[in-house]
Amino acid sequence: MSAISRDEVANLARLARIAMSDAELDHLAGEMDVILGAVARVQEVASKDVLATSHPLDVSNVVREDLVVASLSPTEALSGAPASEDQRFKVPQILGEE
Amino acid sequence: MSLNYDQAIEKYEPTLGLEVHVELNTKSKMFCGCATEFGAKPNTQTCPVCLGLPGALPVVNKKAIESTILIGLALNCSIAPYSRFARKNYFYPDMPKNFQTSQYDEPICTNGYLDVEIETDEGSKSFKIEIERVHMEEDTGKSLHVGGNTGRIHGADYSLLDYNRAGIPLVEIVTKIIPKTGKYAPQVARAYVAALRDILRGLQVSDVKMEQGSLRCDVNLSLSRVGSGKLGTRSETKNVNSLRSVERAVTGEIIRQSDRLEQGERIIQETRHFLEESGQTRPGRSKEQAEDYRYFPEPDLVPVVPDSKWIEELKKTLPEKPADRRKRLQSAWSVPDKEMAAMVNAELLDTVEQTVLLGADATKARSWWLGEISRIANDRNVFPTDLISVKDVAEIIALIAKGELTDKLARQVLEGVISGEGSPVDVITKRGLKVVSDDSQLMKAIEDAIAASPDTAERVRGGNIPAAGALIGAVMKATGGQADAAKVRELLLKHLGQ
Repeated sequence: MSAISRDEVANLARLARIAMSDAELDHLAGEMDVILGAVARVQEVASKDVLATSHPLDVSNVVREDLVVASLSPTEALSGAPASEDQRFKVPQILGEE
Repeated sequence: MSLNYDQAIEKYEPTLGLEVHVELNTKSKMFCGCATEFGAKPNTQTCPVCLGLPGALPVVNKKAIESTILIGLALNCSIAPYSRFARKNYFYPDMPKNFQTSQYDEPICTNGYLDVEIETDEGSKSFKIEIERVHMEEDTGKSLHVGGNTGRIHGADYSLLDYNRAGIPLVEIVTKIIPKTGKYAPQVARAYVAALRDILRGLQVSDVKMEQGSLRCDVNLSLSRVGSGKLGTRSETKNVNSLRSVERAVTGEIIRQSDRLEQGERIIQETRHFLEESGQTRPGRSKEQAEDYRYFPEPDLVPVVPDSKWIEELKKTLPEKPADRRKRLQSAWSVPDKEMAAMVNAELLDTVEQTVLLGADATKARSWWLGEISRIANDRNVFPTDLISVKDVAEIIALIAKGELTDKLARQVLEGVISGEGSPVDVITKRGLKVVSDDSQLMKAIEDAIAASPDTAERVRGGNIPAAGALIGAVMKATGGQADAAKVRELLLKHLGQ
């Protein structure tokens, strides 16, 4: 049985807002299945006390002191925005699909 | 048929769950050095990190971790020896990154509790509220929905985003389900949020201003038929922003859900919004399933691994528990239970304590803050400390104690300070409110009063002490109320050989 169905891939694509054609979904479902199969094999040998890796470096507690540093100016902050109004980012209607 | 609250409670058992979000009062944001000031001009407190620009890397604010651990310790939680951040992925423009950095399956604090007490007709009742988790995350930006004509999200033409708030450290405190509160559910919910707020205030980790949104509560509620033993479907009422609203939201949901159930309808699992005016809720976004957020460990941040030494050091800084502090102050000030409860309910305990710390007598401090000052504050719909500072009140009380002000004059001084005429001493000078304590000046007024009413004076000489009242009144009138009546009485009686 495959580890991930075509429907699940389609759902993930929808959640990630990635438009995919039927051909792409067919192709990707197969590829992801292979990847998940490989991960499953690694999990078979990993013992329970091996923590999942989330970072390549074995470091922890990297922190900064609570100090304020200069922010961008509003002009700089908004410079990459497709649209703005009243010093705010302007975005299309939210939740239009509901 | 619609049930009223009492009928609903007779038939259905409510189960509560409360999620409280607290904005920490750090100077800088959770993962970057942007300032966190409330009310700053839009988008003046942003940088590549909190705007989620490519290549920007977050670094955790140490103070935010410490504040969260302190909250966990104060709520009797276990502090996880290993904790990680996770990305909560969603597409909604309140976060420019398209995810919120939060914690998922490895929160920093777990399994605590908080005891809360409520007053009922049957005496005070105690409830142990179990805490599921306390975790760190970041606040989102502020949206302004433009167009349509509702100001609401639905029907808006477009939205405007201010990211000043995006990235401010936020701590989420989640209870386990709270069963068996019965008819007291609304009161218990309120008491829990109030107790939590007191703890957070005591820890000095947050401003805990519900009206400014630095403390927000989401109320989960479900109903089940009494005796069925089965949990019902819950609704989640978002952003309930005052203690009173917490209580009203629970009551409102109990009535709404019982109404649906009575009509044979199902409760839909959904997010609802609390309506301040009516005390009811309306449906909001339908709830996305947890897995839809596709949480995964945040690759840009390393784990937080608090060692026991760090935790021990933080433990040493824990302040006295609010409940213990109340007991201590009540006994130190000899306050009766009822008055103590009034002070706590009016949220004036801290204020009174600060006034006492500045040298004021506890009973006087309490009666000024809860009496005259609260009365004026209520009239103007503000909080007493918005009217006058603790320092000025302590000064007025000190002037009364020194005999430089009478209670009556003190009320005029208070009024002057409140209307912005300056410090108590400024008001006294400007309005010429000094107590006439100069004996010779008082004697002159007393002699004048006797000369004006020789018959009355004769009666007093003859032993009719109550008759002195008229003469004292005349002296008070002559000095414009600025004399100390007790002093006038003493001098007058002495002068008339009594």
